[in-house]
Amino acid sequence: MPPRVLAAGALKHLILVAGAVLTAFPFYWMVTTSFKSFAEAQSYPPVLWPTVWHFENWQQAWEFPTTLWARSFANTLGIAAVSTLGTLVTAVLAAYAFARMRFRGRNVLFAIFLLTIFIPSEATLIPNFVLITKYLGWYNTYQAQIVPFLASVFSIFLLRQFFMSVPQELQDAARIDGAGHVRFLWSVALPLVRPALITVALLNFLASWNSFLWPLLVTSSPEIRPIQVALVPFSSEAGTQYHLLMAGATFVILPTLVVYLIAQRYFIEGVARTGIRG
Amino acid sequence: MPAPSRLDARRRRILFEHIEAYLFVLPAVILVGVFDVLPGFAAFLMSLTRWGIIYERFAGLDNYRAVLDPAGARFEQFMNSLGVTVWYVLLTVPIEMFLALVIAVVLYQGTSGRGAYRVVYFMPYITSVVAAALVFEWMFDANFGLLNWAIGLVGIPAQEWLREPDGVFGMIGSAFGLELQGWMTGPSLALVAVSIFTVWHFIGFQTVIFLAGLTNVDRELYEAARIDGAGERQIFLRITLPLLSPTIFFVLVLATVGAMRSFSQIFVLTNGGPLDTTRNVPMLIFQTFFERTAVNGIGLGAAMSFIFVLIVVAITIFQFRVLGRRVFYG
Repeated sequence: MPPRVLAAGALKHLILVAGAVLTAFPFYWMVTTSFKSFAEAQSYPPVLWPTVWHFENWQQAWEFPTTLWARSFANTLGIAAVSTLGTLVTAVLAAYAFARMRFRGRNVLFAIFLLTIFIPSEATLIPNFVLITKYLGWYNTYQAQIVPFLASVFSIFLLRQFFMSVPQELQDAARIDGAGHVRFLWSVALPLVRPALITVALLNFLASWNSFLWPLLVTSSPEIRPIQVALVPFSSEAGTQYHLLMAGATFVILPTLVVYLIAQRYFIEGVARTGIRG
Repeated sequence: MPAPSRLDARRRRILFEHIEAYLFVLPAVILVGVFDVLPGFAAFLMSLTRWGIIYERFAGLDNYRAVLDPAGARFEQFMNSLGVTVWYVLLTVPIEMFLALVIAVVLYQGTSGRGAYRVVYFMPYITSVVAAALVFEWMFDANFGLLNWAIGLVGIPAQEWLREPDGVFGMIGSAFGLELQGWMTGPSLALVAVSIFTVWHFIGFQTVIFLAGLTNVDRELYEAARIDGAGERQIFLRITLPLLSPTIFFVLVLATVGAMRSFSQIFVLTNGGPLDTTRNVPMLIFQTFFERTAVNGIGLGAAMSFIFVLIVVAITIFQFRVLGRRVFYG
């Protein structure tokens, strides 16, 4: 190979490696710090690799007096699971109807759904807060953290695209065999759009897992608060004990990271697809 | 006569189909109606009232006047926040897009381990902003932070980062003996620090979208160009960029709107401080709503959010008008 091509190749790799190191560094720093001693975590100049690994830090952070980690994790897991399942059901039904059923008002309804994407969340936050706490009386409950997220216009929009790509011939054939919409949806259409279902489920689960502002506003007691909100009192209590702070941050990030690494294809392809189609 | 009964059967079938379809969309319609559409209308009505801790009275356009009256304190607050918002967009969007584009193009040209790079670059996007912010807060720490140590290696003095209200241009200027005043001092270092976090968090998202756009470009075009003797730079400028322009435009619009509406990262990293230098418009709206409810916070906050929506929409339309027509759609 001529030297110029070699140089270009080396430059490419240099860019990619440098970028990847900078991107991954905060994760590295978080995990390694969580295993350092108190003194080493605070040492200046910083120590890049723990001299002694203090695995007991994690236990110490987990048993931190102000934080009910297990309870918060269970809350987050439960809230995320129920709202993801609910979103899947409502989104599949609505998306299928918008894609493959003919009914009066379909286009108007779909246009209204699309318009809601443009309503900024800053504007609807207060009315929703008033609605949930004052009119529904759901302040500091699980349903306040779940019910508003049981439908997602974005998911409906994404799934509708996929249902539209299911060939009409399949539906005609099913109809001749006497299968109605429910039957066709359950045994033909759903299996065909399975990758899209997984993407929608993962993205909703992730959004629920990472949601912070809304649960912070509508809850007050640690017993029903999710993990992201529990992190706030933890971080102010832990103060400058950075090794414990980083252990706490790792607790919160690790589960999503594991799910992401296992199912990264669905995350990335889902974002690529929805990103392109808007 | 068989005809009427057949008509009845047809009618009955259409009726059944409609009922079935409405039942399919009903759960979504109720939920979207109650938690999206209704609050949207309610927010507009709230902007027309005087409403602090309790509802006081209908106030017409008073709130809009209060925010837009150049002599008022609210106007100054709002304009300051708008300035922060503009700086924040300028500090994040161009850098994110440039870096993401470079990474995507290099990845697309085919290197070993492309999948692994993609996984790493996308990682920040899926992590919780609250937890990741804890890590960054610590790296930005004025006393023990990694960043101060790193810049110290090249001889730059330690900084306050997230707690530094001074403008960065002013700081750079005074390091060279140049005293800048007023708006010329630029965005605060705190806002720059928040922007660094933002770039880190979103770069993978944009990279993935650029990569998806690139895979839509016909590979044969590249081969044809190479056969005709085109160089790498020519290929990038004459083929890749024009064919990618719809994606670039799409990312630009999305990133601009997203940056203007940013909230969580500012909320957890600086909460709008120091000295309100990171208080963008969403942050101001939030503070008006929640911390100052005693003085008509709900009415004023709602009015601000509607004015802000109009500004965001206007900028988006501007982008479509001015840049949209330069996009090449093949």
